[in-house]
Amino acid sequence: MYEGTPGFVEERVAHGETTVVVEPAQLVDAGRHLRDEEGFNFLSDITAVDYLGWGKAGVSGYIGTAAGRDLNTPMTQGYQVVPLAKPKRFAVNYHLLSITESPRRVRLQVWLDEGEPVATVIPVWPTADWHEREAWDLMGVAIEGHPNLKRILLDDDWEGHPLRKDYPLGGEPVRFSGEE
Amino acid sequence: MTATASRRTGAPIYEGTRIPSPIPTVLHTPPGVQATGDVQTINFGPNHPSTHGVLRLIVDLYGEDVTGVEAVIGYLHTGFEKNMEQKTWWKCITYPERIDYVSFQNNEYVFVGAVEKLLDLEIPPKATWMRTLLCELNRIHSHLVWLGTSALELGAISMFWYAFREREQILDLFELVTGYRMHTRYFQIGGLAEDIPRGFYPECRKFTDWMPNAIDDYETLLTRNKIWLERTEGLGLLSAADAIALGQSGPVLRASGVDWDLRRTQPYLAYHQVDFRVPVFPEGDVYARYRVHMQEMRESVRIVEQCLDRLESMEGEPWIADDRKVVLPPRHELHTSMESLIHHFKIVTEGFRVPEGEVYYAIESPRGEIGCYVCSDGGAKPWRVKFRAPSFVALQATATCMTDALIADMIAIVGSLDTVMGEVDR
Repeated sequence: MYEGTPGFVEERVAHGETTVVVEPAQLVDAGRHLRDEEGFNFLSDITAVDYLGWGKAGVSGYIGTAAGRDLNTPMTQGYQVVPLAKPKRFAVNYHLLSITESPRRVRLQVWLDEGEPVATVIPVWPTADWHEREAWDLMGVAIEGHPNLKRILLDDDWEGHPLRKDYPLGGEPVRFSGEE
Repeated sequence: MTATASRRTGAPIYEGTRIPSPIPTVLHTPPGVQATGDVQTINFGPNHPSTHGVLRLIVDLYGEDVTGVEAVIGYLHTGFEKNMEQKTWWKCITYPERIDYVSFQNNEYVFVGAVEKLLDLEIPPKATWMRTLLCELNRIHSHLVWLGTSALELGAISMFWYAFREREQILDLFELVTGYRMHTRYFQIGGLAEDIPRGFYPECRKFTDWMPNAIDDYETLLTRNKIWLERTEGLGLLSAADAIALGQSGPVLRASGVDWDLRRTQPYLAYHQVDFRVPVFPEGDVYARYRVHMQEMRESVRIVEQCLDRLESMEGEPWIADDRKVVLPPRHELHTSMESLIHHFKIVTEGFRVPEGEVYYAIESPRGEIGCYVCSDGGAKPWRVKFRAPSFVALQATATCMTDALIADMIAIVGSLDTVMGEVDR
């Protein structure tokens, strides 16, 4: 249905939602096409997802092995099937909405490697300003051409991007615990 | 631009766009005004009684005129989304309520609804209707907090006491149903955590009978009040095109003349089975936002009444889905059924698994479209959770709304955007 989108890679439908994957280089053209031709005049949200280590977590609970039963660390992830591999490390999702007579939603998706930039969509939807700053601040997605790209939720001198999967947890030493 | 010409009380809505360029969220002082040397930059907040939390505004003042404004946020950032990645699905439910601590039931529902969408879970009708009822009570609660605090900031202190009187009644109802006044955690994946207690319906009827009179009282105090009109009319203007371009939703969008409500255009819960109107005002000013809030409260009371009509005939029906892989078994079965005990143990310790996939689920919260993006890898914990916070988006309109404003109007304008800072910073 959305094959005419510039940079079109694939279209998926799952749980009643349509996802259109485009080439990162043509994201702005794709956005402009969806806004002007398809009526998606409203950008709800921008969500960046880090897929580092996707499908590599262990199995939880009792599992049968050749050597007998084995109890793994509780609360680790478990699978019946290994999830489908992802093309690159980061996905950036643009949730679009059409505020018209025929309300529809679509998810515009681009895939990025670490450090790979993606162009800003502020010229298409001005509301992208803070969403893109958040994606940079928390996930480290490099937004190219953003007029005011600085941290938004964290301190200006913060190091790293906490929502990445390789960001260390529990980094703050507990006082009087001998860890300081 | 002169220091005297900018008072715009009663100004009509503008044509075209006023969004600042190139940065849509920062209003820069024009170089001509800056060159006069009379521009003073002040720091408004983050600890100021009228910022609804910890919002910091860097304001350029030329006399009393606001010539530049930039919002700085992040003072309440607590990493909810990162925390949720470390918890099993059913432990996560307590987090969304604390994100927006004024519209907790709606936030709770948006997460639960997103997970149910991934699980393809069917919800019993009793739970659907009760969720609708609680979401609407919560909408009234949220609007009352908005009304009380916004009026208080403009000097109408009596309004605050009236609004909090009714808010107290709603919190008592929440306490009656769930045991908690706020952050109720009453919605469970699959339905409700417990059955609706006896005595709730008559108490709720008392409230719905009383509430229209209370709204009449508020309107008597404010709607035709000359001071209120002068402080709100023609201020904080936002045109329909700018509201859509800036991603505004909820009362702000409807006060700009856009007839849009997710409860009607993309119905969820039982909203397609209830009768309600969507108030729309074309003026796009602070007063129009006030009118939208007032009318929405009246409509919410009507929805609550219709929910009560349905629920009263559902005595004895199940309140939670009967899927033992997701839902805890009934307590009494644990003493007699080994299978139930195993299910209970597995769900509590490991958590249930949610199929691989990603969904974006959006509902109409009191502040507008709140969306929940959930991504699962098939495990017992979310891979990624992201909230589309309507307050976060509403604050992006500050720069556009503050064009030509005076320093005293800034409080009315920022208040009218109805932001909750916990949700902005997450």
